[in-house]
Amino acid sequence: MNYLLRRLATFPLVLLGVSILVFVAIRMVPGDSITAMLGTEAGLLTPAQRDALAAYFGIDQPWFVQYWRWIGGILHGNFGISVTYGRPVLDVILERFPLTLELAILSMIIALAVGLPAGIYAATHSEKPSDLGVRIVAMIGQSTPSFVLGLLIIYTLSAGFGVLPAMGEFAPLWQDPLRNLSQLILPAITLGFAFAASVTRIARSAMLDVLSDDYVRTARSKGASARSVIWRHALPNALIPVVTLGGIEFGYLLGGAVIVEQIYALPGLGRMVLDAILQRDYALVQGAVLFIAFNFMIVNLLVDLAYVALDPRIRLGEQ
Amino acid sequence: MKRILRAIFGHGSGRIGGVIVGVYLLLALLGLLGLTPHNPITQYRIDRLHAPSAAYWMGTDLFGRDVASRLMAGIGQSFTVAFFSVAFATLAGTVMGLAAAWLGRRWDGIVMRIMDVLLAFPAILLALLIVTVAGPGTWTSVVAIGIVYTPIFTRVVRGPALSLKAREFVDAARTFGSSPSYIVTRHLLLNLVAPLTVQVTLALAWALLTEAGLSFLGLGTQPPAASLGLMLSDSRNLMETAPWLMIFPGLAIMISILGFNLLGDALRDILDPKTRRALA
Repeated sequence: MNYLLRRLATFPLVLLGVSILVFVAIRMVPGDSITAMLGTEAGLLTPAQRDALAAYFGIDQPWFVQYWRWIGGILHGNFGISVTYGRPVLDVILERFPLTLELAILSMIIALAVGLPAGIYAATHSEKPSDLGVRIVAMIGQSTPSFVLGLLIIYTLSAGFGVLPAMGEFAPLWQDPLRNLSQLILPAITLGFAFAASVTRIARSAMLDVLSDDYVRTARSKGASARSVIWRHALPNALIPVVTLGGIEFGYLLGGAVIVEQIYALPGLGRMVLDAILQRDYALVQGAVLFIAFNFMIVNLLVDLAYVALDPRIRLGEQ
Repeated sequence: MKRILRAIFGHGSGRIGGVIVGVYLLLALLGLLGLTPHNPITQYRIDRLHAPSAAYWMGTDLFGRDVASRLMAGIGQSFTVAFFSVAFATLAGTVMGLAAAWLGRRWDGIVMRIMDVLLAFPAILLALLIVTVAGPGTWTSVVAIGIVYTPIFTRVVRGPALSLKAREFVDAARTFGSSPSYIVTRHLLLNLVAPLTVQVTLALAWALLTEAGLSFLGLGTQPPAASLGLMLSDSRNLMETAPWLMIFPGLAIMISILGFNLLGDALRDILDPKTRRALA
């Protein structure tokens, strides 16, 4: 409990750092957001109109005033107005987030459903040809960038079967679940493949470590069946590194998968941030980065708490 | 050095990884020196979208440029970015990790909180932000990728450095009156070479991945210069008519990353004292 409080206490500090970093960085991008927003039409603005627009978005103020207003607004739940969308930043983010969250969850399900059994199988068949096979596939999987795999999948589908992945207007899960799933399954496989490969490798090596431990040998010598040794004694301990890896990876996926979203033309968080950076949409970039960093920290905290659940011997915060 | 090389080649995946990395280094060097079958930016307009043949080993692209030559130039480009960015991250991370561990207390807190801030950013977004600020280009990619991976090296160095600092031989050195800089470089740094070597090899794989990703998004190497990510991105609209435009760069990226991953795994087995005994 103490640990939880102490960890939560570092959140504001790190978020403050993130907010300053992103605030300063996005303002160093050459060009201004009004020109980026209006394109060539910006040249038609009279100086007075331009000033009025700058005042409307609050970008006419000195930077520290802007920062102060921004932080003050956030504390009241107001993340500012997106220049590109003309709507509150938080609305835009929350509109994109379900897709990103769903994609992250689907990828994780694929990764665990494939990676865990494969890793356990390889560990229990250690140094046999089947173990080698699993390891080779996992190594290749880990070395395949998502954009290479994504393009390969699209190419195979279109050249081999004459079908294209379901693109077009994105259908949210609660409106059209089937269409939604058909749009997300390929991106999820693309992201889940490398993720599954990492899970396989980590699960295999953790399982191997645990299987050579004394307590597993004791369980075996007491006559416990091979199945019970693996599932009851070895697996819970082998899961700890898997949880760490899975958690960190999941945390990253919540930040949006820029490249995979780009390949499959999905309106997720990653592409939104990329576009916002390119459009110099200050408020949106700032809000999104802060949102992503916060999620990432929460996931990391949950991972730490999961350790305790898996291994009661671990007492967090005592080092 | 000789012993380590021998150990790498005695290690199954080390051998494969070593050969892959060696071949790539050669290709990169040839690409950088311009020793390619054709000029990578010359446009052979009559031979546009030519399928792989004796004259063009990997075919030509939409502008009639030789894919094999562009691939070599691209590998040279990607490896340059990967090496310099990892060198940057290793240097910055080692200095900061050692400083945090040695100076302790307040400095440790400050350095590690800064690293927490950097780590809270998703890697590719941080790189994107830096690239947009500084404008895309080779050296921007180097700095962006370098900064992204600095926190990892800081952590890799700080942890072991902290435990080394508490060891008897450091106390002994202090009693003998060794200067702090001597202790840090001699006793801490030398003992960190093994974990750093492993991390450097694996980081090269990530750096190649990130560079390819940035170029793929159009924020890395700028055309007409060749880069693997850019070639892959350009291939998207021609996938069905000219699949070689996608397959060769895709495989090239994948195998290079595979090589460094295999090598990193082998180095970890060889340099980690726990597994070294098992191998002997």
